[in-house]
Amino acid sequence: MTDTAIDIKPQRSQWADVWDQFKTHPGAVLGMIFFVTICLLVLFGPLLWHFSPHDMMIRDRNQGPSWVHPLGTDQLGHDAFAQILAGGRVSLLVGVTAMGISIFLGTFIGVLAGYFKRLDGLLMRLTDLFLALPLLPLLLVIIMLFRDTLRMAFGPETGIFILIVFVIGITSWMQTARIVRGDVLALKEQEFVLAARSIGTPPHRMILRHVLPNVMSPIMVSATLGIANAIITESALSFLGLGFPSDFPTWGKLLQIATERMTLNPAQVMWPGLAISLTVLSVNYMGDGLRDALDPRIRGR
Amino acid sequence: MFNFTVRRLLFTIPTLLFISFVIFFILDAAPSDPTGNLPLTIPPDVREKIRASLGLDKPMIMRYLLWCKQFFINEPLNLLDQWGLHLGDPDRLRVISFQTRSPVVDMIAERMPQTLWVVGMSYVVGVMIALPIGIISAVKQYSWFDQLGTFISMIGFSVPTFFTGVLMIVVFSTIVPRDSFFWFPSIYDTTLKVTDWASFGAQVRQMAMPVFVLALYNAAQISRFMRASMLDNLNQDYVRTARAKGLRERTVLLVHVLRNSLIPVITVIALGVPQVFGGAIITEQVFKVNGLGQLLIIAIQGGDIPTVQTLTFIFAVLIVLFNLIADILYGILDPRIRYD
Repeated sequence: MTDTAIDIKPQRSQWADVWDQFKTHPGAVLGMIFFVTICLLVLFGPLLWHFSPHDMMIRDRNQGPSWVHPLGTDQLGHDAFAQILAGGRVSLLVGVTAMGISIFLGTFIGVLAGYFKRLDGLLMRLTDLFLALPLLPLLLVIIMLFRDTLRMAFGPETGIFILIVFVIGITSWMQTARIVRGDVLALKEQEFVLAARSIGTPPHRMILRHVLPNVMSPIMVSATLGIANAIITESALSFLGLGFPSDFPTWGKLLQIATERMTLNPAQVMWPGLAISLTVLSVNYMGDGLRDALDPRIRGR
Repeated sequence: MFNFTVRRLLFTIPTLLFISFVIFFILDAAPSDPTGNLPLTIPPDVREKIRASLGLDKPMIMRYLLWCKQFFINEPLNLLDQWGLHLGDPDRLRVISFQTRSPVVDMIAERMPQTLWVVGMSYVVGVMIALPIGIISAVKQYSWFDQLGTFISMIGFSVPTFFTGVLMIVVFSTIVPRDSFFWFPSIYDTTLKVTDWASFGAQVRQMAMPVFVLALYNAAQISRFMRASMLDNLNQDYVRTARAKGLRERTVLLVHVLRNSLIPVITVIALGVPQVFGGAIITEQVFKVNGLGQLLIIAIQGGDIPTVQTLTFIFAVLIVLFNLIADILYGILDPRIRYD
């Protein structure tokens, strides 16, 4: 406004609008509170909790919940709460890192395919090929076949971490790539892109300054759903016995170990399973809320 | 439409060949050795002979072409032989498992019925639960039924099958007493033959838990699609027209809206079939169903490359096939879609 009339409303950014809309979705807010709590617990819990996940109190094995061990102990006398905290660190780290790889790959391929017409056909055929691969069998095969080599190269824990994260990342980028490509194709037809091109903006700056910021919303939604997907995949692999080594707790591994001793101590099955399920549930609710909040058609209402 | 189908069918052939090559390449690039599990006391020259007897001394491209010949030519011919149609030399080389030294296709045929029964039944049950829930949720949007249905489908979508399965085993196999009506077996017994009502009951009981677990998971996904698709159609102009000409609400919903909303849902159902086979690997492992998934896990653990290659390829064939079916169905059901 050029005249002197006072603009009462303060300047609002797009993200403030998104946040306002996000707040109206109770499931999403609850999910976010829960997810942040889990992240904080898993990050700082092991420093504060008075048992380490490797403490073996063999006399107190297979105990139910008590004040000393709020979730009981497992068949070797490990404190279940300490194990869940330590397992959560690994599971969440795998989830976030694998999501990062898959989002990076998906965005990269999607933007390239959408922006450069020459690459489009080739990259989309590649995406179709990846979508036609049977992913879970291939994941199992790759991990089974390559884990010894990587263990020798990077040590038992780091090696398998790199393998799992990498493998989940390169098998889950396809949906993101397709969505991003579609959005980039639509963006390319808009006038601000034409304007930017007419003043001679080089392609790399076009992509970084004009295209990428405008496809952030679908990327963010697939990022949240990607965390959920990666956590479930890692747990499934660990559950099938193809994940981390057995003295290295992750939620899937804990569930597998507890399943073998289900008749003896059924309570131990609950905690890791609940941890996986509630985390994934909260992340999915966050994704739902984010999708609604980032959709301008809904946000206006 | 016919042209499109033929074109797509022809296009699947190079796609599938390429996928089979990729799978073969991954398996071959892996630093795993099928003789790795044999005792260390075997002298190196004998070990070399074992590898040669498995055909591993030939270059990779030769082994790939040999597998192609065995799988794409010899196995179909063998199938024709069994149907009484004899073509060519009867003792042709089939795809042989490293572990059991028996033909892989026979092993797959043995395990196919269990997988098809459990997985197929769970998919049918899942769809039958999902469609009504999705429809009612959309028609009564924001009602308590919709809230509850959305919440349950979110849970079914988020809770992994290996947790629901284990949880059901804990409740219905360990906590519930053995002689109770609510006790269910946690291990699938393949030797059970259905001959009378009692054995039929036992078969139903042992299928109940795996089918329920998978059905819940499938229903969660499909009901979300069904609800979204119904909601998309409910706001369309043709619905208002149908109401305006005085059709009963029942007719409007069940004839006009439902038929149009089912089009995308049916393609989603078709696309989900191969994923269900993949996901069933975990459920089969939980309930000890000796189906295809379990065969795959055993083969992977034993470094049994021909079995893994063939099984993974069959999963890939399913994916490509059902993608094609979904595309064709979409064209048949929706006259607005024309591919030519």
